[in-house]
Amino acid sequence: MALSSERRSELQGIATQVRRDILTMVHAAGCGHPGGPLGMADFMTVLFCEHLRLDPTCLHAPDRDRFILSNGHTCAGYYSLLAIKGIIPREELVRFRKFGSPLQGHPHRNPDLGIDFSTGSLGNGVSVATGMAIAARANGWDSQIYCTSSDGESEEGQIWEAATSAAHYGVGNLTVLVDFNDVQIDGHMHDVMNVRDLAQKYEAFGWHAVRIDGHDLDAVDDALHEAKAERYRPSAIICRTVIGKGVSFMEDQPGWHGVAPNDEQYAQAMAELGETAAS
Amino acid sequence: MTPSALAPLATGQPNPVATRNAYGDALVELGGERDDIFVLDADLSGSTKTKAFGQAYPDRFLNLGVAEANMIGTAAGLAAQGKTVFASSFAMFAAGKAWEQIRQSVCVPELSVKVCATHAGLTVGEDGKSHQMLEDITLMRVLPKMRVLVPADAVEARLAIRAAAATPGPFYVRLSRAATPVVLSEDYEFVLGRGALLREGKDLAIIACGVEVAQALAAATRLAADGIEARVINMASIDPIDAEMILDAAAECGAILTAEEHQIRGGLGDAVAQVLARNLPCPLEMVGLDDSFGQSGTAEELLAFYGLDATGIAARARDLLQRKA
Ligand SMILES: Cc1ncc(C[n+]2csc(CCOP(=O)(O)OP(=O)(O)O)c2C)c(N)n1
Repeated sequence: MALSSERRSELQGIATQVRRDILTMVHAAGCGHPGGPLGMADFMTVLFCEHLRLDPTCLHAPDRDRFILSNGHTCAGYYSLLAIKGIIPREELVRFRKFGSPLQGHPHRNPDLGIDFSTGSLGNGVSVATGMAIAARANGWDSQIYCTSSDGESEEGQIWEAATSAAHYGVGNLTVLVDFNDVQIDGHMHDVMNVRDLAQKYEAFGWHAVRIDGHDLDAVDDALHEAKAERYRPSAIICRTVIGKGVSFMEDQPGWHGVAPNDEQYAQAMAELGETAAS
Repeated sequence: MTPSALAPLATGQPNPVATRNAYGDALVELGGERDDIFVLDADLSGSTKTKAFGQAYPDRFLNLGVAEANMIGTAAGLAAQGKTVFASSFAMFAAGKAWEQIRQSVCVPELSVKVCATHAGLTVGEDGKSHQMLEDITLMRVLPKMRVLVPADAVEARLAIRAAAATPGPFYVRLSRAATPVVLSEDYEFVLGRGALLREGKDLAIIACGVEVAQALAAATRLAADGIEARVINMASIDPIDAEMILDAAAECGAILTAEEHQIRGGLGDAVAQVLARNLPCPLEMVGLDDSFGQSGTAEELLAFYGLDATGIAARARDLLQRKA
């Protein structure tokens, strides 16, 4: 079950590719949100490449796994992974946020591109994921419903309505991965609005909850296996991450939540990620 | 218009029934016909009448507790997996508290969630202004992809619910708490996007929805005693609206009065005004609330106080006729 060292380095390579894509996409768009998805790249890579049953062969299978990016602003990394999985054409990535592109500024449901739900308004996704999980169970499907959320989103009351009902209905097929980078738009969470220990909170709501290093591929993989083994409780994986991870001048900087790098910053960031930026 | 175009009215004096009761019965009926139907409620299943479905089909009924936003989100998730979902609460909380979730999670992805909201309007009665939802038609009608139905009575409520179940996509169905007169006969046919002509007349047309349809018919009877022939149209389908029937009425009657248990701003009156202003302007008046909330009282007292009963409608009709050239 553990990752082989070969697979681990493959996944590291993919995560780096995701980070490059995020920067290229946001740079090409001239706007967007680079910080969050850079921090999420490692756990998203493990989720998409090791666990989530979503690829071109099962794209339209009703009983495949589902994924909702409830913190929809972080969609650059999500789109990159859908391209890496061969679902979104790679050349579409640089049209992110542009007129006419299906890669909208926040995700819009698109069955042909594997985008399972529309998001962008924080607080809504965990409720929807709970509904999907209830439906999957009612249909007797052996599928998993995955949903990402974030520490900032955990300030929304609806998250806790959903946490209550998901536990009440015992949806063991639901896993929420929370990007805990201690950053929201107006600054660090502990300054703006401290949500404190989310693992404890989810546990108090009746969930299976763990706290992990969201950059540790093995820890993410283990936590996802454990979550899948849970049959009667929904699972919350609180992923401690660093916003802007991989780009020195973006790390832990709230300012990089929603600003595109200029040409010079883009070149430096790409160099740090091991590739010279194409001009 | 030929007399044959008149919709069949109930004969005799059927007992009054609340549209929420017809909703509850329709759900049980649908539940037996289709196993993809799910029903969700937010701790009001006795009042919204979803409880009977819950007892008949417990595996397809979810009570989400006092958490309307989460109920709508859950409904959207179920619908995204192929279910047809009815979600109920009082209109105040379904359309009010969960508007954003209805927009983002139901209308944007165009999912088959049917928000069936009971206890709409003044006829909620004694609970007072916090519970008298008078803005929901506005809030729902403005949403792209949302279809808005306000059935006139129990007969139409059942048919509206069946139409919502049979038509993919988002619906809002506005239902009442109070038992109200049954005006339509059992062989009435509801057609999405079509109004129903209930009474012929050439002096003015009264276009009403919901509980106001019975009041409009009563007003027309009174007006007839004074030699004024009012056409009465039941416009249950507010979105899509029957523009053709509205424009025929404008052309043939030359004056239009709308009546709704709702704010006149953004409701049925506004929808009719938009059709007229863009195509065939004519003198228009609107019965409804105007920049005012309701208050506690019985349904009858409140309809009378705010000018929404037959007396109020007839008085506004006479005023309107003064403006007719
Ligand atoms: C309901 C809602 N309110 C406000 C916003 C604007 N907004 C977008 S991201 C964000 C901060 C969210 O915090 P988090 O997800 O932790 O941000 P990150 O870690 O990605 O910087 C806010 C307030 C929104 N999208 N939705």
